[in-house]
Amino acid sequence: MSEPEMVLNNPVQSATREQELIQSVQRGQSELFYELVRPYERRVYAAALAILRNEHDAEDAAQEAMLKAFANIRQFRAEARFSTWLIQITVNEALMRRRRERTVPMEGLDDRRDEEAEYAPRDFADWREIPSEALERKEVRQRLAEALGTLDRKYREVFVLRDMEHLNIQETAEALGITVASVKTRLLRARLMLRDLLAAGWEQGWFSRLPFEKGTKPW
Amino acid sequence: MVVNIPNCEQVWREISNYVDGDVDAALRASMDNHFRTCRKCASVLAGTKNVVALYGDERMLDVPAGFGRRLEKRLAKKAAVKGRGWAGWTAWVIPVAAMALIAGTLMLTSSSRSPLKSQHAEPAKDIPPEMVVVVSSGAKLFHVPGCEFIHDKASERTLTAKEAMQEGYVPCPRCLRQYLKTGLTRESEGDHAAEAEDERGEILRTAGQ
Repeated sequence: MSEPEMVLNNPVQSATREQELIQSVQRGQSELFYELVRPYERRVYAAALAILRNEHDAEDAAQEAMLKAFANIRQFRAEARFSTWLIQITVNEALMRRRRERTVPMEGLDDRRDEEAEYAPRDFADWREIPSEALERKEVRQRLAEALGTLDRKYREVFVLRDMEHLNIQETAEALGITVASVKTRLLRARLMLRDLLAAGWEQGWFSRLPFEKGTKPW
Repeated sequence: MVVNIPNCEQVWREISNYVDGDVDAALRASMDNHFRTCRKCASVLAGTKNVVALYGDERMLDVPAGFGRRLEKRLAKKAAVKGRGWAGWTAWVIPVAAMALIAGTLMLTSSSRSPLKSQHAEPAKDIPPEMVVVVSSGAKLFHVPGCEFIHDKASERTLTAKEAMQEGYVPCPRCLRQYLKTGLTRESEGDHAAEAEDERGEILRTAGQ
């Protein structure tokens, strides 16, 4: 295992190294900035993609956000989490682009009513845990990404920031400029909808090459 | 004490909070009891946990091929420009900034909060204090980075919303409009009209640049 990998695999060493990198870049060692953000490039891209839904736009917004973070690194405060700061800048950048390029009107009253309506799960089959090895298969990852892509924007954004980017509820609310209560409502609905989509995917054989017992579902 | 949960709908309503560990001990105990006896709700819980575990896996985050290489290139280009800028500026900016800081400290009285830059405006309500925002010199508003109504982009400066408000800036009615909603309920409509006029002026000046 190489030295950088060993550092990244140890959370304490990793956090210390991050602090050192931040201070070095703040003192003017610009060449270290890429090393600082490299562990987060996938999270930054995923956040931009969740909002913009277009790979080209998401890459451009993610990179622009990194450039803004670089330009403003002196404003970063040690008490904040660097990853959260970076993702917040990315979300702002992506939301701004979407507002600028929006051709459809803003969400209306119907949309808000929809959020208030409760979502009832549809599938109640017996449960088996899907082993995480399933994610080794590109096909499974693609199916999961497609299922996520079918969610309405407001549910998808909250789900990505909370469950994929691992922001906490408060940070998710702040990043999207919505209330904590809205984050919780949308997150619940997103998780339940994805659960039903995955159950339907099971029927269609998404996980058919996985070592489940014959005739049982993952739940 | 165990909270009584009479039906499955109430369990589904709380299931996301339950998975996040965001329910109190009494509710958790009550839901645990329910899961032991209700096959449907046990299925909903297990499926929800599957969703959180699978999508939360690092392997679900992917970037296009060459993303890192292209980013590194753009950063190197930006660093080169920034480096040139710093070399020329630091010779005189640092002493001047130090003098300004001393003068600024002497001018501070009992309060560190500046008066509002817009006489007719009120600070934002419920705005996240650590939100990253942008201000520019000579303007009254603060914006989210990238807002098209930033006045004089050349003098752009990034800070937190809390700092911007302490310096007297008020939120941009376009990019931060959700934090101005409470302002609409104010009793004095005259004040609100004056504030809107004030902010519209700044946006029009920016748009006209």
